[in-house]
Amino acid sequence: MTGETATTGGMLLEATGITKLFGALRACDGVDLSIRRGEIHSLLGENGAGKSTLVKMIFGSLEPNAGEIRWKGQPVRVTSPGIARKLGIGMVFQHFSLFEALTAAENIALSLDKTTPLSAIAAKARALSNEYGLPLDPDSLVGDLSVGERQRIEIIRCLLQEPDLIILDEPTSVLTPQEADKLFVTLERLKGEGRSILYISHRLEEVKRLCDRATVLRHGKVVDACDPRRETATSLARMMVGAEVHAVARAASAHAADAAPLLELHSLDRAPTGPFSIPLKGVSLAVRPGEVIGIAGVAGNGQGELFEAISGEALQPRAAMVTIRGKQAGQMGITARRLAGAAFVPEERLGHGAAPVMRLSENLVLSRHATDGRALIGRAGVIARGAVEAATKRINAAMDVRKSAEDPEASALSGGNLQKFIIGRELDRSPAVMVVNQPTWGVDAGAAARIRQSLIDLARSGSAVLVISQDLDELFEISDAIAVMHNGTLSKPMPIAEATYEKIGLLMGGAEPGHVPHDAMGLS
Amino acid sequence: MRLQLVRRPQHSSLMAAVSPLIAFALTLIIGAIIFIAIGKPPGAALYAYFVAPLTEMWSLHELAIKASPLIIIAVGLSVAYLSNNWNIGAEGQFIMGGIFGSLIPIVFPGFQNVLTLPLMILFGILGGMAWGAIPAFLKTRFNTNEILTSLMLVYVAQLFLDWLARGWLRDPQGYAFPGSIRFPPAATLPEIAPSQGGAHYGLVFALFVAVALWFVMTRTLKGFEVRVMGASPRAGRFAGFSSKRMTYFAFLLSGGLAGLAGISEVSGAIGQLRETISPGYGFTAIIVAFLGRLNPLGAVVAGFVLALTYLGGEAAQISLGISDKLARVFQGLLLFLVLACDTLIYYRVRFSAGRKAGEAA
Amino acid sequence: MEMAQNIILTIMTAATPLLIAAIGELVVERSGVLNLGVEGMMVIGAVCGFAAAAVTGSPWIGVLAAIVAGALFSLPFGFLTLSLATNQVATGLSLTLLGVGLSGLIGEAFVGSAGLRLQSIAIPGLVDIPLVGRLLFGQDPIFYMSIALTAGVVWFLFRTRAGLTLRAIGDSHGSAHALGISVIKARYLAVMFGGACAGLAGGHLSLVYTPQWVENMTAGRGWIALALVVFASWRPWRVMAGAYLFGAVTIGQLHTQALGFGIPSQLLSSLPYLATVVVLVLISRNRRLTMMNTPASLGRPFVPDR
Repeated sequence: MTGETATTGGMLLEATGITKLFGALRACDGVDLSIRRGEIHSLLGENGAGKSTLVKMIFGSLEPNAGEIRWKGQPVRVTSPGIARKLGIGMVFQHFSLFEALTAAENIALSLDKTTPLSAIAAKARALSNEYGLPLDPDSLVGDLSVGERQRIEIIRCLLQEPDLIILDEPTSVLTPQEADKLFVTLERLKGEGRSILYISHRLEEVKRLCDRATVLRHGKVVDACDPRRETATSLARMMVGAEVHAVARAASAHAADAAPLLELHSLDRAPTGPFSIPLKGVSLAVRPGEVIGIAGVAGNGQGELFEAISGEALQPRAAMVTIRGKQAGQMGITARRLAGAAFVPEERLGHGAAPVMRLSENLVLSRHATDGRALIGRAGVIARGAVEAATKRINAAMDVRKSAEDPEASALSGGNLQKFIIGRELDRSPAVMVVNQPTWGVDAGAAARIRQSLIDLARSGSAVLVISQDLDELFEISDAIAVMHNGTLSKPMPIAEATYEKIGLLMGGAEPGHVPHDAMGLS
Repeated sequence: MRLQLVRRPQHSSLMAAVSPLIAFALTLIIGAIIFIAIGKPPGAALYAYFVAPLTEMWSLHELAIKASPLIIIAVGLSVAYLSNNWNIGAEGQFIMGGIFGSLIPIVFPGFQNVLTLPLMILFGILGGMAWGAIPAFLKTRFNTNEILTSLMLVYVAQLFLDWLARGWLRDPQGYAFPGSIRFPPAATLPEIAPSQGGAHYGLVFALFVAVALWFVMTRTLKGFEVRVMGASPRAGRFAGFSSKRMTYFAFLLSGGLAGLAGISEVSGAIGQLRETISPGYGFTAIIVAFLGRLNPLGAVVAGFVLALTYLGGEAAQISLGISDKLARVFQGLLLFLVLACDTLIYYRVRFSAGRKAGEAA
Repeated sequence: MEMAQNIILTIMTAATPLLIAAIGELVVERSGVLNLGVEGMMVIGAVCGFAAAAVTGSPWIGVLAAIVAGALFSLPFGFLTLSLATNQVATGLSLTLLGVGLSGLIGEAFVGSAGLRLQSIAIPGLVDIPLVGRLLFGQDPIFYMSIALTAGVVWFLFRTRAGLTLRAIGDSHGSAHALGISVIKARYLAVMFGGACAGLAGGHLSLVYTPQWVENMTAGRGWIALALVVFASWRPWRVMAGAYLFGAVTIGQLHTQALGFGIPSQLLSSLPYLATVVVLVLISRNRRLTMMNTPASLGRPFVPDR
């Protein structure tokens, strides 16, 4: 375990025995962590291992139930982010803590101390953004900015406070590989200035490349500490998960290239629906039986809008824009599209794919009341409870959904188990077309592997599967071809044999001919 | 001292059942304190409010007369609120129900047969629905906030009734007093047990409506649709339900029921159309709906409790000289405390000492 | 000329309580809280202002009492929605119901008793300016307060750091909490400010507009104030414009009633309410614009995890 923690001198931060309880859950259980001056220290762990909880306690957004934090050798109580900032701790959040209706400068002002006049902040921010190569217009409204630009605001906001320790929570999960490379340059530079960086990630390759030391968390406990540069991706994964991760088995796709597509999009357009939403422009795609098509892209480039358009939650201006099993479905609602043979799994589990305060059996009715009307709904619209409960049980068994009660409310399940239920609910129908947005976002490795395998198996049994994901590793693992979504347009699918991270990454950044790169737009 | 909410992993069924009781008990305690403060004996006052009306047959009938409209309206409002459609204009829909239903005996005084009452009731329901359809139309078509529009229409309905009762529908033989002709027996909702007291068939409507909607809400796909659309509208749309249709459903149902209550009140309890026909039933029913935990059967119990405060207020004024205005305070207080106690269903409340008291006053 | 001046004067007097209540609610809603209890707080302010003035003989103490009563009466709402995270719509409604009931009880002793009027203050020199002098500088003190309040809120929201913080909380309470801003505390202050404004607006009704106590004398003005905030897309100067528009509708229908024309008085009396509906429809038709202007966390309960 971490033997060196308390003894080594010259530590910037030493946390010992940190414990945080959420009800019965021990999110952090006696965690020790020490960070040296001028190092990039990685905090590794699966989703739900307790990484975010731990850093929120260091940053003062959460209060630990037990444990001690020493800063530059002195014991401190970080009871609020304000105190953390005064000490010299800055943080870049995973889910940005930005205000969409305010400008970049106003956002920055909010985290600075009260003496700095608003007018001075914009100038300072501009200077810093030039110095570190993070282009930014302080007067632009955050709601209009891309995810990458928003992250720059977070970073500049953090740097303006001259922190000794910078915490970054999954910073590359929203970046293209090329944008991530630029970020690493900035981080190396900060390290060169003698600052320390606590880098949270579950991406092993970048941790190996960037970090000096790593602390590994599993189920809220420190399970290992190591020098990631001397480990392999496999050995790091083993530390994180605690067991060998089974690779997904992908038999060669047996589909005939000339088979009629089960799902087709023809020049799909969609006007923006809200002040900050992305319009879809001429999206075309065909998914044939037996294949998995992946759609890659940085968050906020129209993936959510595309999903709603395919699912029928948003209708199209013309019926021919979407066809399902040859039927023109553009003017059909989601129920009619389901009846035509399609199944959908949205990105948001709680509140979209499932109603949080409703039981799993009720959430089964949610998406199946029409397609399985005869089995689940009796005369006069009375719900057949027995049949619904039996089907729920069947799905839970098939997907190995782990739960604390016989029929718990959806919000009581962990993210991974709820996602297994939601995917299982659709697979149980053996749909001809399956459209999934972010199948394994925030899901632990075991559940993620099971979900990916089930999607591949569905395709190999003759269905068409469309997977929208921001996780490139996932797409390379399961897709037969990958298309890229950027600024509301979709590239041609690239067969997996030709696709590389670099090629896909360039497309994600908008490098396809005819597109304006993001950075150029941000600076104009 | 600092108050902190900790979300429960699952909502507490125990608390869901107990919270209205806690709220009622707290109301009694605060009531007792108010009585002591104004120098009245708390025991006797609470007795006059909450027990005395239950001891005599005639006052039980009075209780039923007051509870019926509250229950009928509240059942509809429960469904509307569960679906996240905030109809707070039931008072106006009640009035329009009363007006529409009354048209038959007033405009066609000669039409007196077995069809008179059913037609009046049908017209009453349609009147309430029509008035409720306006905010629904404005919400679905123009995205207009239904809280404000439904409330504004209450004032319009009140003024409309005032105009009718003093003008077009006034009894020509009424010596210039506002109010229509008195309804003939064929247009009067009969009493259930005339030998014992005045409770009319409105009570039967109330119980029937409550049981029917309880069944719909707990057992059928429609009830499921209402609950999903209210709890997670996005999940509801994912299920293929239409939020616009749900808005219409909620407003037509709650408006129609308020209209039913309105014509029942005019035909059963008042016997003519007057310039005012409601002591604020449409607003008190909001309290009934919440006190009944937005459950149609709960609304029955809550309807009787609130009716008791009306009767008790009158009784306490006569026996102890306490202002009957206090009844309205009790009603408001009760709703406040019910809402506060409902927090316990989803959260555990923890008090932690040692932090600045600024946050929890 | 004299007549036109008088009409404009009454319009301004009718608009003042709407403006004050709406400005208060605007600040509350900018912080992300929807308080539907404006009507209740306003009527409490009206009765407490009237009672305090009647008891002490000083209308100024009445004004003070109205403000304090409004602020205090907003606290139960604050406690439920902020500390107990209850549904804001239901809680606001219940505050109105409670306020209407409680004001009836408090005011029972004062029904029919003669009221005290807060005297107008003519600002020497300025009041003699032709045409506008009397309108702008010969008014009651609460009118001046309403103008100062509007200007003050504009300055606060868009020129101060605290105002920026308030807008940030209304935009995303989650982000604000993550930055270490005390969301709950700021919202308590905003809610109390809204209560104080509603109380003052009520005090204007019972001490200036019609110096007497009549049960339910606010007659839906609190609700109209709520509608004004939506109408104004949460901008203070537009609230002012809206309030004067409604003042004009109210006074216009009163004058029409006085003149007769054979139009039923009830129809004319319902005009302000119908106008509210029409104006709401006109402003909310543009869904995109409404979404853009509405504080993003408006009405959503916030429970900090710590």
